[in-house]
Amino acid sequence: MKIDRMRGVSLAVMAAVGLGLSACATTGDDSSESSGSSDRAERTPLATGLDASSNRDPFPSTYRGLPRENMAIVGGTVFDGAGRRFENGVVVVTDGRVVAVGDASTAIPAGHRSVDARGRFVTPGIIDTHSHLGVYPSPGVQGMSDGNEATSPNTAQVWAEHSLWPQDPGFNHARAGGITTLQILPGSANLFGGRGVTVRNIPSVTMQGMKMPGAPYGLKMACGENPSRVYGSRNQSPATGMGNMAGYRAAFIAARDYKAKWDKWREDGEGSPPTRNLQNETLVGVLDGSILVQNHCYRADEMAQMVDLSREFGFRITAFHHAIEAYKVAPMLAREGICADMWTGWWGFKMESLDGIEANAALVDAPENGCAVIHSDDAELTQRLNQEAAASLAAGRRIGMDISEERAIRWITLNAARSLGIADQTGSLEAGKRADVVIWSANPFSVYARADQVFVDGGLAFDRMNPAYQPVSDYELGQPGFGLSAANVTQGAR
Amino acid sequence: MRLRTLILAAASVVAIASPALAQELTAITGGRVLTGSSIIENGTVVIQNGRVVSVGSGAAPSGARVIDARGKVVSPGFVAVDSGLGGSEVSSVGGSDDLRNSANSISASFDVSYGLDPWSFTLPVARLGGITRAIVMPSHAGGGGGGHSHDDSDFAGVGHAGLQSPGLFAGQAAIIHLAEGTDILVKPRVAMVAPFGEAGAGIVGGARGAQFTQFKETLAEVRLYARNKAAYDRAGLRELSLSRADLEALIPVANGQMPLIVTVRRAADIQQVLRLAREEGVKVILDGAEEAWLVADQIASAGVPVLLNPISNLPGNLETRAARMQNAAALNAAGVVIAIKGNEGSIHRAREARYNAGNAVSHGLPYEAAIAALTVNPARIFGMTGQFGELRAGAAADVVVWSGDPLEPLSLAETIFVNGQEQAPTSRQFLLRDRYRDGGEGAMPPAYTR
Repeated sequence: MKIDRMRGVSLAVMAAVGLGLSACATTGDDSSESSGSSDRAERTPLATGLDASSNRDPFPSTYRGLPRENMAIVGGTVFDGAGRRFENGVVVVTDGRVVAVGDASTAIPAGHRSVDARGRFVTPGIIDTHSHLGVYPSPGVQGMSDGNEATSPNTAQVWAEHSLWPQDPGFNHARAGGITTLQILPGSANLFGGRGVTVRNIPSVTMQGMKMPGAPYGLKMACGENPSRVYGSRNQSPATGMGNMAGYRAAFIAARDYKAKWDKWREDGEGSPPTRNLQNETLVGVLDGSILVQNHCYRADEMAQMVDLSREFGFRITAFHHAIEAYKVAPMLAREGICADMWTGWWGFKMESLDGIEANAALVDAPENGCAVIHSDDAELTQRLNQEAAASLAAGRRIGMDISEERAIRWITLNAARSLGIADQTGSLEAGKRADVVIWSANPFSVYARADQVFVDGGLAFDRMNPAYQPVSDYELGQPGFGLSAANVTQGAR
Repeated sequence: MRLRTLILAAASVVAIASPALAQELTAITGGRVLTGSSIIENGTVVIQNGRVVSVGSGAAPSGARVIDARGKVVSPGFVAVDSGLGGSEVSSVGGSDDLRNSANSISASFDVSYGLDPWSFTLPVARLGGITRAIVMPSHAGGGGGGHSHDDSDFAGVGHAGLQSPGLFAGQAAIIHLAEGTDILVKPRVAMVAPFGEAGAGIVGGARGAQFTQFKETLAEVRLYARNKAAYDRAGLRELSLSRADLEALIPVANGQMPLIVTVRRAADIQQVLRLAREEGVKVILDGAEEAWLVADQIASAGVPVLLNPISNLPGNLETRAARMQNAAALNAAGVVIAIKGNEGSIHRAREARYNAGNAVSHGLPYEAAIAALTVNPARIFGMTGQFGELRAGAAADVVVWSGDPLEPLSLAETIFVNGQEQAPTSRQFLLRDRYRDGGEGAMPPAYTR
């Protein structure tokens, strides 16, 4: 591979991928001369793969979306995800996008199929910001456990998408619970666990077929007990909280240095180029803001330290995950614009989870610009994020907080999208966004509500009443019980 | 501050003294009463001296304290099954875990009742979820429901994941109540616990066939010992593989008096366990039983009850490939007596049992069957019918007044009685919540607030 010609993904193609629906699998091996923004005409381009800037998207999305039709979902109670509620509402979907949302007077274009949602509820597709589906799949047996590269405290070089097994049946279960978008993260054994990937929840033979076009990568970082326990037990650093912090700082110093070397080489073109380093490359992506920090962090005091760390090196933290003690620093999180992605009911399984309270999300949501998110981290819980949000809502109401359901639904929709940097794409039913929609059999804050229909980009991905829209993964085929009904319910209906 | 502290201290003394209030004649009126086996609209529940006096639709007796439950729902306190309540504080802190034992000579004889802590901060949290009783079971590898680890760290090689029970038996379960006070034990040694399937096979050497063989051999030794105790004591009996304490503990299992709770998942293993129980005359309770719906009729005809978590629907390992959300509904329809579990060993997340029951309903289980699976069924399975888990005359006055349907996350337990004693509606978590509810950024640090 001593080819000088770069693997030129043109900027135009990149833009198209970013915009979404077009299925751009273009590799353009021999289509164009190098077009990286920093290229200089006089310099010989580096060999393929040695310059990150020559191919910013080496494992590009091939997501196409499911077949779709233009439709208007009418008659249901609509929570639009942005805080509004419409009784007898209308959601108009054209070419896979939301074009209008409103009350019964909303105009419906001619030719749109009418979907009757009377007596039912309509919400944006649910977004799980913390999932290990595909990387810790079912079955969770040895040989399938691909979520933690627990070989070094810094594995920023690994990407969760390279572990993602698309046949994990959990994706189907999650979809039956209304999940249309997920961030798949590496585990939390390491200070830097690696890159997470955001996927569209449609069945696919390949990871690339699910990968959300244009969604930013996340970098999984972890505070606290996990890294210090995992590495301390091996008698290596970090063995303590202070070792954790030293590890982050050393890594960002190395990344700053790496970035400076590349910047200098791009600037003056003198000497040998730096050797590409995937670990530093991910951290440089954090420093330039293109990769979002998704930080597993339980304790309030540790969150405050991480914020200082981010200032020391000049990056932003997008979200604290699990964030058991977020309620102790809720005003600070709101000022910093950092989301807290939380459970409602999990606590007490280790010391740093001791102070978990059910009202966490409600209290984080309270300040102006607060960003409360309910996440799962669990293949069972992801099927019922609406119920987990309901329990948080109940805990807030219990102390007299006046929280509406149309506000609380944001914890699993628009706020979750914000936490993934995709709020311009999905997370609410607003004109121009992807038509990710769930029609619920009842109020989604009820335990009895089931997702009747789930649309991803306007395509019907799951229909509880229609076996033609009840996918089963390859793994599920022919397993014990396959094809049999349990309590008169077929398998695919979940 | 000191004065305020004194006042608070005085208030807490009153709270501690509240068992005296259990004598008070109390009537809960106007609510939708779920008795455990039926539903009474606009019902009246009368309690006194720690017991239910009457359940019906009449007026409150004169002189009674009246709790107006109009628009609310009244239920028995729920019974957590397969629970670790009172036996473990912080899961990852080994020293606080009294549910699992590693000594080879104390297997069947391990008795969780000695390790129970009435002051555990897990109890008020569970109580606020409507839990007033628990069947506390010793734990073992392969227990605890879906087999999911917390926050994805267990795969890093730390935690309980790799441990195995040292003997065939995890030990003996106990029944507790969750009332405030100094003694929560209701009855020790109510059942024996043993893992089967992969976890059980792993104890013996890896293969299921070895475990069944060893199990039968063990029961043969127990019977031999029971017939020849005198000879055993003067060393006149052949050498037995179990300790004397374990042999003693297993006598009621071998003679069919003490139920054996068998944690088992795969349908094929369930069939073998049913056969073993038949051949050996052992009374079994299935626990977990994710694939039970495939053999529901066999379980029903054997009269064997099942403790299950209806939300365990993932093929998390090769024993649970047929797991379905409809497991509870299918077993109930076949006539199996089921009890519904909370999540993750029903300790910190015991309170979620009611949501699990609600999800069973949305997947086909009749509502009244779901309520029964949290109340009368567990009492019946553990031989306590009429004692608790039911609103009927003579039963313990474990009563919860809910703001609405107790299976709904939006409903709250507003008033909770255990043994007729009204429980303070608070927990360590509520104290934390209240300390920070205004943002925690006042002039004085939050530590000055309580």
